[in-house]
Amino acid sequence: MTKFIDLTLNGISTGAIYAAVALSLVLIWRATRIVNFAQGAMLMFTTFIASAVINSTGSYVLGLLVALASGLVLGAVVERVVMRPVESAPPLNAVIVALGVYTLLVAVAGMIWGNTPRSFPAAFSLRGYEVGGTRLLFSPNDSFIVLVVIAAALGLALLFQRTSLGLRMRAAAFQPEVARMLGVRVGQMFTVGWALAAVAGSLAGVLVAPSVFLGPNDFDPILIIGFVAAVLGGLDSPPGAVVGGLLAGLALSYVSGYEGSSLVPLAALVLLVAVLMVRPGGLFSASKERRV
Amino acid sequence: MSALAARAKLPRSTMLRSLALVVLVGVVLLIVSYQLGPFDDLQLANGAFYFAVLAGLTMLAGLSGQISLGHGALMAVGAYTVALLIGNEGWAVVPALAAATLVTAIVGVPVGVAASRLRGPYLAGATLAFAVGLPAVADKFSGTFGGENGLSINPPTPPSFLGASFSIEQWEAWIACAGALVVLFVLWNLTQSGLGRSMRAVRDEEIAAALCGLRVGRTQAFAFTVSAACAGLGGGLLALVLQLAQPGAFPLQLSLSLLTGIVVGGLGSLAGAAWGAAVLVLLPRWTNDLAHSFSLSNNVSSNLPLAIYGVVLIGAMLVWPSGIQGGVRALVGWALRARSSREKD
Repeated sequence: MTKFIDLTLNGISTGAIYAAVALSLVLIWRATRIVNFAQGAMLMFTTFIASAVINSTGSYVLGLLVALASGLVLGAVVERVVMRPVESAPPLNAVIVALGVYTLLVAVAGMIWGNTPRSFPAAFSLRGYEVGGTRLLFSPNDSFIVLVVIAAALGLALLFQRTSLGLRMRAAAFQPEVARMLGVRVGQMFTVGWALAAVAGSLAGVLVAPSVFLGPNDFDPILIIGFVAAVLGGLDSPPGAVVGGLLAGLALSYVSGYEGSSLVPLAALVLLVAVLMVRPGGLFSASKERRV
Repeated sequence: MSALAARAKLPRSTMLRSLALVVLVGVVLLIVSYQLGPFDDLQLANGAFYFAVLAGLTMLAGLSGQISLGHGALMAVGAYTVALLIGNEGWAVVPALAAATLVTAIVGVPVGVAASRLRGPYLAGATLAFAVGLPAVADKFSGTFGGENGLSINPPTPPSFLGASFSIEQWEAWIACAGALVVLFVLWNLTQSGLGRSMRAVRDEEIAAALCGLRVGRTQAFAFTVSAACAGLGGGLLALVLQLAQPGAFPLQLSLSLLTGIVVGGLGSLAGAAWGAAVLVLLPRWTNDLAHSFSLSNNVSSNLPLAIYGVVLIGAMLVWPSGIQGGVRALVGWALRARSSREKD
């Protein structure tokens, strides 16, 4: 029973990180209909920047803030410089450009910081809480992760539902032509969407870095599960991303706890196929008409 | 003689025409393989098995409109089949390759049926999970599949009538090229047939195609199965050339570079698949040579090939949105127009 509780708690905290990655993919998909395969490398890069800042100043908060700010800039630059020309091209072209950005960022990070993975400090203690004499697999740092991701998700929901910027972004995503006629600068909204998504991604990077080592290729599994989570929830739905992330986190935590971690990729496949066979557009998909 | 008149002299039947091309390409490859050294012969063999996989994948993505990030895993199925049959059962090369093609096609059927329900990024996500998940099977049943170390096989021995100096590498290049030519012949005829037309109809207007009596799901599942068979053959050839089948040879990066090959080469055409295979074999080699021609610190020089690769991918897509084959086509069209306008003057 303790093991089950431990695995559940562990699933919630890893699920929160998958949810943040899934959110960053969903934001970009909604804005520009591109699956951003470069996201894993982008959040790796901003986490390296955070690590450099923390090492030289000793302040975790400053490192986190710099990571978020550099994510904002990186997302905007990637969209404006290399993604804008392929947004109107066939969909696979954007995938290839994203893979190119991924490769380039991994290489540049290797050049600057080397290919040997390094450790990354946690915001709070990694020792689990003690309840009635047994130590749980849930630490103050895990509560921090869950709270930060909840706050980020709520903030994004407020932004999209309650502010004029959010309204313009939604208009640009769903009806670019009409939005343009009404004076929304659609291209600018795309850039903002990418920048926000990269912020969510860099947040996930800093949160997950203490539990995996920080190296140019060490975040790839996080992106893969994050993508699976986004697809589970439905790529058009931010709440779906959060639910998909938690679902993936819990399911994979149980599988790795009871059956061994080598089965995790297979379990992700089974989970995804099971959900998609029942709902081909993800859990939170709206039923859509198809036109000839 | 104008291009049109030259075309009229070619045989009418698609099958004869493609057979003529296959024989021609085969003869050229035969001559080329004698000119190359052992290392380049091995590269030729690599290019040939890449072509077999890319041709199937480009037919799937370009003709049937489905995207797959899981073809690396399908290659693994073919490779393990060949390794098990040749290594454990002592089969000959050709039947083992045929069996690899068949087994992978059979694996491709349920994947294709599931894939035919999915669209765009959802299909990408499911096939991505397939590419990541399947190698775990090799780990789980390590008794049969050899776990992380995989299975190794003996290299195929060239027949004695070719002479004692005939290298193993050249023999491997011949086998791989023969496999690639079979794929070229079959896919060319398939795309020109009624089935190819059905696939294009399904890609362009799914609902209109359904109204015309085409079974959309069945057509898509068929396309997936054929491209899985090509990937199985390519994977089997890979196992022969590398003399090894192991999980590490089929990472997610392989599936992604296959996708890169078909898009950079030119989506939807067999010539584009050939360009893509050339890119996949030559680009890493060139970037490596280029990176080591400068004297740089270790961190920089070991990552420079990767950086150049990334820049080339981005640049290629910005300069040639329709791939190398699209660029070549535009160039040829421009040259023909320039000539015909000169003739008018």
